Amino acid sequence: MRRFGLAGWTVLGLAGLYFIVPLLMTVSFSLWQGHGNYGFDAYRSLLARPNLLPSLIVSIELGLATCAAIVLLLAPAMIFMHLYAPKLRPVFEFIAALPFVVPAIALVAGLSVLFTGPDWLIGTPFYLTIPYFFLALPYAYRAIDVGIRAIDLTTLTEAGQSLGASLGQIIRMVVLPSLRPALIGSMLLSFAVVMGEFTFANVLLFHTFAVLINEVGQNAPTEAAALSTLSFLITWGAMLGVLMVGRGNAQLGGAR
Amino acid sequence: MATVEARGVSKSYQGRTVLASLDLDMGEAELICLLGPSGCGKTTLLRIIAGFITPDTGTVHVGGRDVTALPPAARKMGMVFQAYSLFPNMTALDNVRFGPRVAGQAKTEQVKRAGELLDLVGLAQHRDKYPHQMSGGQQQRVALARALAVRPDVLLLDEPLSALDAKVRLQLREEIRRIQRETKVTTVLVTHDQEEALSISDRVAVMNGGKLLQVATPSVIYRQPADAFVARFIGLAGILPGVAEGAAVRMSNGTILPADAAVAHQSGRSVEMFLRPEHVRLQRMNGHVPPGALAADVQEATFLGSLTRVRLRLPELPDHAGLWADMPSEHAADFAPGQRVTAHWHETSPHVIAVEAAQAS
Repeated sequence: MRRFGLAGWTVLGLAGLYFIVPLLMTVSFSLWQGHGNYGFDAYRSLLARPNLLPSLIVSIELGLATCAAIVLLLAPAMIFMHLYAPKLRPVFEFIAALPFVVPAIALVAGLSVLFTGPDWLIGTPFYLTIPYFFLALPYAYRAIDVGIRAIDLTTLTEAGQSLGASLGQIIRMVVLPSLRPALIGSMLLSFAVVMGEFTFANVLLFHTFAVLINEVGQNAPTEAAALSTLSFLITWGAMLGVLMVGRGNAQLGGAR
Repeated sequence: MATVEARGVSKSYQGRTVLASLDLDMGEAELICLLGPSGCGKTTLLRIIAGFITPDTGTVHVGGRDVTALPPAARKMGMVFQAYSLFPNMTALDNVRFGPRVAGQAKTEQVKRAGELLDLVGLAQHRDKYPHQMSGGQQQRVALARALAVRPDVLLLDEPLSALDAKVRLQLREEIRRIQRETKVTTVLVTHDQEEALSISDRVAVMNGGKLLQVATPSVIYRQPADAFVARFIGLAGILPGVAEGAAVRMSNGTILPADAAVAHQSGRSVEMFLRPEHVRLQRMNGHVPPGALAADVQEATFLGSLTRVRLRLPELPDHAGLWADMPSEHAADFAPGQRVTAHWHETSPHVIAVEAAQAS
């Protein structure tokens, strides 16, 4: 193995500082109580806010609903595309890349005009699941696509069929369990995206966790820093999950 | 075990004919190899038998039952694929019991059957391993056990050894034959490896351009190829072009070479004489070429262990004529490159095929 030289360590150190310094400053600011005093006052007053828990619950619910949409809509669509319509792959790629190309504010303007429907849908925060699905699409698509390519879906399906299994049995017993790491990865990424999303919720007047952070930041900056720290921890928890699941994913397929 | 009959099977893709109205009959418990170059249609035929491809015309009968319209899952066939196809989320045991499991067998029966089959393929001690914990050869053995677990009428093997290294391939090839004989399951093996096909088949079906050129036992395929393609594709053969004259062939330089009496009915026609290297005998040139022999120059000598294979150039004949000769390696020192020699053979050794047939293929 090549030695990691001084230049390598320098670059790594600078990159580490670039990421860690703002975070440390945020944590430090969240602990600042004025006049050189540090403590947990901001966290205590934050926890005392009556709107913290509802907004956190709304964001978590939206994250879970988006994950459900990813598993129930996107994953089956991709499995069928890989099996029966591989020529549609460029179309899927294009659609999955669209949220990167169109700015969020343009999306929300378009969506607010297009989305009409019954109160139970557009009158509740779950309305946001629809734009959030598209917002999470690039990440979820990529994660599931990598998983599908790793398992040679066509051969596994044909092997199952030759053994007498129906397509439903093959998807339930072979494909979904084999894709589990990819699906969990895509869900955790989607969850992290939803937890941090501000533009849609703010413009469409829903009170999510990210909106709360912004609100608090208007009049209680140290509490906003405390909220940001909490948000970081939640996102990092999701990312850690992705990494741990990814280690399992690396073991699928191929010979020893 | 069951018979397999493919009748008038054809398949085209975008105007390109992959299979051209092909007929193939297989007996019970027979192992037949579909052998041919890449793109000859052998895998397409196997996948039509398996039910993964619907033929444009023709029918497939298994044990007298028409299965042409049945989906793969209803055909009662086991298949081993070229790519590793074990279910990655299951252990070797769970992979093997998958078929009985989806068929609704009791769990104790599934496990018993899977255990027996893992024992049959010599992997009983690996039953709890996942595919990523096994070598390629072990994975293909498990795949074979899994295919047999459904007690198939027909076992289909789609180049199952091609991804394995030479030593494992040889070992597994012998095991496939042993297991096939023990289980007596009618088996179709697709391969482009002629040595593999000749060594384990009851019969070999040589294909090219979507057609079956010859279906026969390995020894017949080797000794009496039906046409020039088969003669060229199977084994190594020297080729001497000429014109049939009675029970002999006249070369372009006027030399008359003896051939089998059966050549007489092609008298007057342009023919090609095919000679296997093991039939050609060499002598150092001592001044004259005896009747029925050819003058040649040693072009190259390749040491193959007990044998040395000598490549001969025939200066008096057209460029595309050439011969090979195998000889015990202890005599090879006499035939170094550049040595002038005479080549001769027994009159029954050459296989003579009319040039029209050769060009047609």
